[in-house]
Amino acid sequence: MIYYALKMLFGDKARYLGILVGVAFAALLITQQGAIFVGLMERTYSFVADTPQPDLWVVDPDLQHHSDSKPLVGQKLFRVRGVQGVEWATPMFKSFTKMRLPSGERRGCIVVGVDDNTLVGAPQSIDSRNGLDLRKADAVLVDRADIEKKLAVRTPDGGTRPLQIGDVLELNDRRAVVAGTFSINPSFFWDPVIYTTYSRAISYSPQERKQLSFILVKVKPGQDIATVAARIESATGLKAYTESGFKWLTASYILEKTGILVNFGIAVLLGFGVGTAVAGQTFYNFTLDNLRHFGALKALGTPNKTLLAMVLTQALVVGLIGYGLGVGGAAAFGALIGGTSLAFSLPWQLLVITGVAILGISIFAAALSIRKVLYLEPGVVFRG
Amino acid sequence: MTTLAPAVSAIAPEGNTRPIAVRCRQVTKNYGSGNSTVRALRGVDLDVFEGEMLMMVGPSGCGKTTLISVVAGVLDRDAGECSVFGKDFSALSGSERTRFRGQTIGFVFQSFNLIPTLTIAENVSVPLLLNGVGRSAALKKAKDMLAVVGLGDRVNEAPNRLSGGQQQRVAISRALVHDPKLIVCDEPTSALDHETGGRVMELLRSVAMSGNRSLIVVTHDNRIFNFADRIAHMDDGIVDKVVGSAKDLYGPNMAAK
Repeated sequence: MIYYALKMLFGDKARYLGILVGVAFAALLITQQGAIFVGLMERTYSFVADTPQPDLWVVDPDLQHHSDSKPLVGQKLFRVRGVQGVEWATPMFKSFTKMRLPSGERRGCIVVGVDDNTLVGAPQSIDSRNGLDLRKADAVLVDRADIEKKLAVRTPDGGTRPLQIGDVLELNDRRAVVAGTFSINPSFFWDPVIYTTYSRAISYSPQERKQLSFILVKVKPGQDIATVAARIESATGLKAYTESGFKWLTASYILEKTGILVNFGIAVLLGFGVGTAVAGQTFYNFTLDNLRHFGALKALGTPNKTLLAMVLTQALVVGLIGYGLGVGGAAAFGALIGGTSLAFSLPWQLLVITGVAILGISIFAAALSIRKVLYLEPGVVFRG
Repeated sequence: MTTLAPAVSAIAPEGNTRPIAVRCRQVTKNYGSGNSTVRALRGVDLDVFEGEMLMMVGPSGCGKTTLISVVAGVLDRDAGECSVFGKDFSALSGSERTRFRGQTIGFVFQSFNLIPTLTIAENVSVPLLLNGVGRSAALKKAKDMLAVVGLGDRVNEAPNRLSGGQQQRVAISRALVHDPKLIVCDEPTSALDHETGGRVMELLRSVAMSGNRSLIVVTHDNRIFNFADRIAHMDDGIVDKVVGSAKDLYGPNMAAK
């Protein structure tokens, strides 16, 4: 009878397509808006994701996100290094400063300084003539994604050219030479990022009493990261975040302060609501159209549980197909914008969330109809 | 105020030895409540014998459809007794009643009630599936049954590709395919022309009546009265006459009715 239920569903092409469009639209909107939202959220903490070496990020307890400026006194680095279970701890500097391009234009940028000796914290994908070029005098690395756009150099003929290795910049009125480029994940923040050594980065920034932005910590093998974090916090009065904790600190700040979650939540709820209404109404009409046939089946001796299984199967199958189409459409959208600067990320958790939402829509649609079928008087078939 | 015709006994006489398929005693059924109550059945007494075709006739609204709904177990009566092959539907649970109906009773509806998105063989196979027969075996038996009613070459067609008479033959196949002991037909010829209706009744008479099966046929169509073994006339919620032929019911000028 389940097979016949599906034939009843697929045979009524107009209604079937109507339900399918409703479900697929809901799945598409929930997945696509969700993926853009997740993509944007991932960009808020891309700086942390691009620095995979440390187990812990030690920061000022009042720090609200990774671009917040709450520097630490330098001695804290030595206190951290002395904590039991710490294998190594290196300084990292991060600050906004002013940049002057070779053609004279000025713009703001973010300078990140990594440990002079170990270069821990430097981007993983560096393209330079020599991996150690960062240690040369005045050397800085620039983001490959920026050299043709944000850091493009104006030429005498009125055009532009990409910033090149060997070009000389001015950072806070000090000389800096482009020694190479790197690739990092796109960021939620818009200023170009420049990497250099810790000591040089400090010289490129306005003088302050405290200069240490973060302490990057590696925990000794076999040591529990949470335990070492607690020890650091106890010994220094600072806050020690794991990578995921530091990511969430930034993401939650953005969520809270920008209203971005509400905006995307509204779009997702709209998709869910419209999908539920369209699919529910169309499926209900489909059942009403078939009520006479359900009545005949009931008169012929079809038990209620079989009718229930038939209606549920119809709703779930159309839900599954609509889910596939919607998610497929969202994935195609993601592939289409893959090479652009638009944010899009489709983790498996989002597919599960969309699946649960579509399951909810399908069950809602079925529930509207099941009641009608179960309470249907089979004698209806004798009325003309 | 309407003067009601005196009820005439429609039950088997004392000493009857013919097996009884359906037995109704003082069956009542009301619709609605208070001032708007409609008394559809006012105390029906009726016996239907095994192996007979009983036609139920009478004016619109007299309670024919309500009575066959009660007999077929698709509608609960308010009072009285009604049993089909000794089983009283009101004594059965909902699922027992559904199972008993699916095994014992076949239905032929006025508007055929074939599912348009299934082939005619699939439509006919439904009662077999409901009785636990596997799909391939059910389809094979359905096709055999369709061959009996002359539709063996159209088993894979959709119902809407067939004429009204052919669709009713499909419905008859569906009513018979699981070999029920009672067939309930609601106006089986009213949607058909005279010639087609006659052929459908011949088919019912020849195929459905085999195996000592009982048929209850509700009809307004006096052109088919001659196919009946007995005719029960209903009026205003009771069976007021049971006769052997249309002539007994309406007199020699039957066509006038």
